[in-house]
Amino acid sequence: MTDTGTEAQFLAYLSEGRFMLQRDPISGRAVFPPRLRMPGTGTPLGDWAEMSGRGTVHAVTIQQKRDAEARAIVLVDLEEGGRMLSQMSGVAADAVAIGDAVQARIVADAETPHVIFEPAGPGA
Amino acid sequence: MTGFPRARTAVVGASTFGLGECPGWSSMEMTAQAAHLALDDAGITLDQVDGLFTALPDDFLGGLALAEYLGLQPKITDNNRTGGSSFLCHAIHAALALDAGMIDVALITYGSNQRTASGGLVSALRSSVYETPHRPMMPVGGYALAANRHMHDFGTTREDLANVALAARAWANKNPEAFRQGDMTLDDVLSARMISTPLTARDCCLVTDGAAAVVMTRADRAASTRAPIPLLGGAQTVTHKEIAAMPDLTVTGAAITGPQAMQAAGITPNDVDCVQLYDAFTINTILFLEDLGFCPKGEGGRFVSSGAIAPGGALPVNTNGGGLSCCHPGMYGLFTMVEAVRQLRGEAGDRQLDNPEIAVSHGNGGVLSSQATLIFGSPDTA
Repeated sequence: MTDTGTEAQFLAYLSEGRFMLQRDPISGRAVFPPRLRMPGTGTPLGDWAEMSGRGTVHAVTIQQKRDAEARAIVLVDLEEGGRMLSQMSGVAADAVAIGDAVQARIVADAETPHVIFEPAGPGA
Repeated sequence: MTGFPRARTAVVGASTFGLGECPGWSSMEMTAQAAHLALDDAGITLDQVDGLFTALPDDFLGGLALAEYLGLQPKITDNNRTGGSSFLCHAIHAALALDAGMIDVALITYGSNQRTASGGLVSALRSSVYETPHRPMMPVGGYALAANRHMHDFGTTREDLANVALAARAWANKNPEAFRQGDMTLDDVLSARMISTPLTARDCCLVTDGAAAVVMTRADRAASTRAPIPLLGGAQTVTHKEIAAMPDLTVTGAAITGPQAMQAAGITPNDVDCVQLYDAFTINTILFLEDLGFCPKGEGGRFVSSGAIAPGGALPVNTNGGGLSCCHPGMYGLFTMVEAVRQLRGEAGDRQLDNPEIAVSHGNGGVLSSQATLIFGSPDTA
């Protein structure tokens, strides 16, 4: 990676199809959004690590803009740590509920690369 | 030891202007008119203002523009922007600067013509690169996510949320300044257009024009004014900016600022006669009443559905009709302060409470991000 801020680094990883976050070496938990140092303490953060993409829906709201499909906007708790705002794909918006197991899918070719979530498959 | 200068400063003038629709006025003119009316109310001339506090809707450097417009060269210009809580933060800073002798007269003023100028909410929120690609409707989405979690964790219902809107409307019906009046039923709220589940259009604050201002001085000078309202305590905090970073969706920073402000004031929730809080959405009222200590965590829904906050209830909340039914020009916080002052002065007309002695004013900014609490006393406390 080139020497950039961590925001650009995170997005560059995503554009390569990799969902990477830094970990707090003390707790081992992943940190989102990426930071220069551990928020709150200012202690160093560990190297970037690949996330499993597994997560749990923490909260959901359904929004429908004019002439568009209803979408489920979600907060997802990642298995490794960190909470992200995202949206669900591959499921009816009104079928999404708190506690649902979800799996990340990287949208690498968007104007801003990002992570959306789908219902975790059987055995996930 | 909270460090707050308890009762050493007071609000000596308060005003509102152009609530609802104010066509033909710029936001700056509305802001200045509210300032002039508050100074008239205080019996203080403009040239005595040496502390200027504002957060204008459409001007990042609005503090400079307002100083120029009013023709002032303030010793302190505070353009702090924590969202709708900005003006409560201003009051805390003004109290410190007045008490330290840096300034003698603080003017806190705000106005917005968002309804007639743009027809929509003028939001200062900017999404991060992490939130933007998902195109969430914000700020409503943030509050909806908190409401979803509160319902899941505590059994709060859409009817509980709706009862907040109904109480606000019942108060608004007693306030001739309120923009939305008339009968409203539970079904009106529940069957209104869904914006962001579980919040319908009637769970969301109004989009109006409006301006407000308050004038503050030190207690010694305030004593010679008509009806000084002492500021007994104040506290503020920020817990996050975007909703994903909120430490706990069901606990706001009011759980920090409420107890701090009350400790500074030397009171407990039992001493409070009315609460004026920033009800941008119906969930706000439930969260803040819990966090400020008026009911246990998780019980806010049942508390508001008991009728406690409506006219005739044990804890009058948003006696002007709130952001839900009185006015919401974009950053509502200052209106909580003006209504607290009017109640404590006994100037609230048909909605006047019976000799209130302690009023809580609580502001919110962002998506439950910034919280600020003020405790005001009655003129007798000064």
